[in-house]
Amino acid sequence: MPPSAHLLASLRQTLAPFEPGRASVPLGHSGADAVLRGLRREALHEVHAGGPGHDAAACGFALGLAQRLCGDRTLLWIRQDFSALEHGEVYGGGLVEMGFNPARLILLRVDHAKDALKAAGDALSCKGLGAVVLEIYGEHKALDLTATRRLTLATARAGVSAVLLRLGAQADASAAETRWSVCASPSPTEDFGYPRFDAALARNRHGPTGRWIMEWNCDDGSFCEPRPSKIAADRFDLAAAPADRQAETEEFRRAG
Amino acid sequence: MPLADARAMIPVLEVIEADQPGDHALLEMIADWCDRFTPLVALDSPHGLFLDVTGVEHLFGGEAALCETIRAKITAQGFAVQCALAGTSAAARALAHYAPGTIALPGKEDEAIADLPVAALQLDGAIAHGLRRAGLKTIGQVAARARNELTARFGKAMVAHLDHALGRTEEPVSPLRPLPDFMAEHRFAEPVMTQEVILASLQNLAETLGEVLERHGQGAREMTAVFFRADGAVRRLGVQTGAPTREAAIITRLFRERLDSLADPLDAGFGFDLIRLEASCAQRQAEETPDFAADAQAEKEVAFLVDRLAARFGAQRVLRFQQQDTHIPEAACVAIPAQYATPAKAPWQMHRADKDAPQRPIRLLARPEPIEAPLALAPDSPPKRFRWRHVQHTVAHAEGPERIAMEWWRHQEPRLTRDYYRVEDEEGRRFWIYRDGLYDREIAAPQWYVHGVFA
Repeated sequence: MPPSAHLLASLRQTLAPFEPGRASVPLGHSGADAVLRGLRREALHEVHAGGPGHDAAACGFALGLAQRLCGDRTLLWIRQDFSALEHGEVYGGGLVEMGFNPARLILLRVDHAKDALKAAGDALSCKGLGAVVLEIYGEHKALDLTATRRLTLATARAGVSAVLLRLGAQADASAAETRWSVCASPSPTEDFGYPRFDAALARNRHGPTGRWIMEWNCDDGSFCEPRPSKIAADRFDLAAAPADRQAETEEFRRAG
Repeated sequence: MPLADARAMIPVLEVIEADQPGDHALLEMIADWCDRFTPLVALDSPHGLFLDVTGVEHLFGGEAALCETIRAKITAQGFAVQCALAGTSAAARALAHYAPGTIALPGKEDEAIADLPVAALQLDGAIAHGLRRAGLKTIGQVAARARNELTARFGKAMVAHLDHALGRTEEPVSPLRPLPDFMAEHRFAEPVMTQEVILASLQNLAETLGEVLERHGQGAREMTAVFFRADGAVRRLGVQTGAPTREAAIITRLFRERLDSLADPLDAGFGFDLIRLEASCAQRQAEETPDFAADAQAEKEVAFLVDRLAARFGAQRVLRFQQQDTHIPEAACVAIPAQYATPAKAPWQMHRADKDAPQRPIRLLARPEPIEAPLALAPDSPPKRFRWRHVQHTVAHAEGPERIAMEWWRHQEPRLTRDYYRVEDEEGRRFWIYRDGLYDREIAAPQWYVHGVFA
């Protein structure tokens, strides 16, 4: 290796952590961040609804992830027509309330999952985008391990992050970096607070899994610790217990 | 002659009903085919076509050669055709009908049509009858009369028509398709069929067109590729862009997407002998200095992505949200094609207070869905339980109402006022429900609806 190339390589290595694309972003929730060490950018993350009727929660959580990932760039939301019939259309007025500027969102309506995948493949090559949300309804042959691997490769190539939002589908083999199973979580107090999720990290390629109660801070645009439930706050002056104690006490399970 | 008489004379006569819409469609197809000679083709229903060949005849070896080419090619397709060339459309029509093959010299239309019968003017029945009664048999005889006499007897319109036929006034023909602002075309000695050749030739055309556009300092918002098949079929494919464009690479890429997305592939048949690229909606596009700011570059890339997606899926499927000045939730935010969206002037309106939960749902149902809600404790309070899509929900918390009155100035019939509530069920799922109508004031038994779901 000529000396100049060597120097270049070493410089690249030194600079790698500072490159904007390559880093990972903290979610804002200390428990999840401790396990994940931040959400990896330029990767594919998968979100499922944790139960029937919790699709809107999954959608909100996916928006949260995408918002963390895309910074102040444009977000492309690809959704299947049937998904909008079933769960309603993404609503600009609701995005503002979640702390996301709707002017930064491009919505692509497609008919079939295949079209959605093709569009996502194209979109992930566009360096101007921050993130792509791919919302697919139901099970599809087209969306198999190969397809997710292809998406993962595409994310790495141009440095665009992807969130795969799967509604009305069982978790399947996938090459995603993380997989989340998300339910809504009941508010602990009488008043409505920030959107509250019971989020289970069911799969993590590079570390342990876990399950947390998280809230989405609509003002700051990040996840946060849940509000303490009223009873707990009164009695013990403590933060709310995590939804899944076992995840903390047991040894972390390696997934992958 | 009535049909009965004709049948009496020739008993084996075959009768086919006139298919006027069919004839018209066929005429339009022939017009499309004629597009290869000039972009300005107009219909002269029921049986004629006007081709404005101003400035193109030299491409085909002069006027006579052009006429002959057109005649021969259409005849070869099995049609009987007559053509003539003149300075005005009316003169050309008269010549084509009564003296086919004539080419009127510029400014000599009156001489060329002087000997034609009056019928060649295609005037009203009453006027033609009147001229015959006056003993005027040829156009020359009519033209020799004083204008004021003719006007007094037959009206102004007839004189205007006559002057037009004589080449003294101009009358524009309205083309079948709007004329493109710029175009480039490629004729093939041998018809081409393969996708690669077609794409390569589109790229060449895009480069040529790009240079022309650049010389004029313009960019096009719409591009149409026209494929002329050897057997006469014509296929048009269009792409649109959000901003004026002239880069060949972008245009080619958009056409590649468009060709890819075709449900029925471009049927080359025996091949295309002419491919044309037309640029419409040309707009001023300033010379660009390369912008090294990352934001500007990112924006350009996103705009190109939008164009690509629009070429593949259709412009109405690539959307951006726009805020409307209304309180009605379904109208307050609309999704419009991203290529036509303009940057928002005002920041988006926020309904919630700091630290509060969202006041608007993340997903809004296409239309509000009625729910079964038994009577609440008080008529004005939200339901304790409700059933939506066959699932029973028990309300744990509710917040509201947010009263949204319908806009009385928009509707003839007054619409019902809605009282919106945010409710959370025992599992933590949050819904946006409303009662349609004020209890007892507008309606006796108001119906409840779900309008959206919160994250």
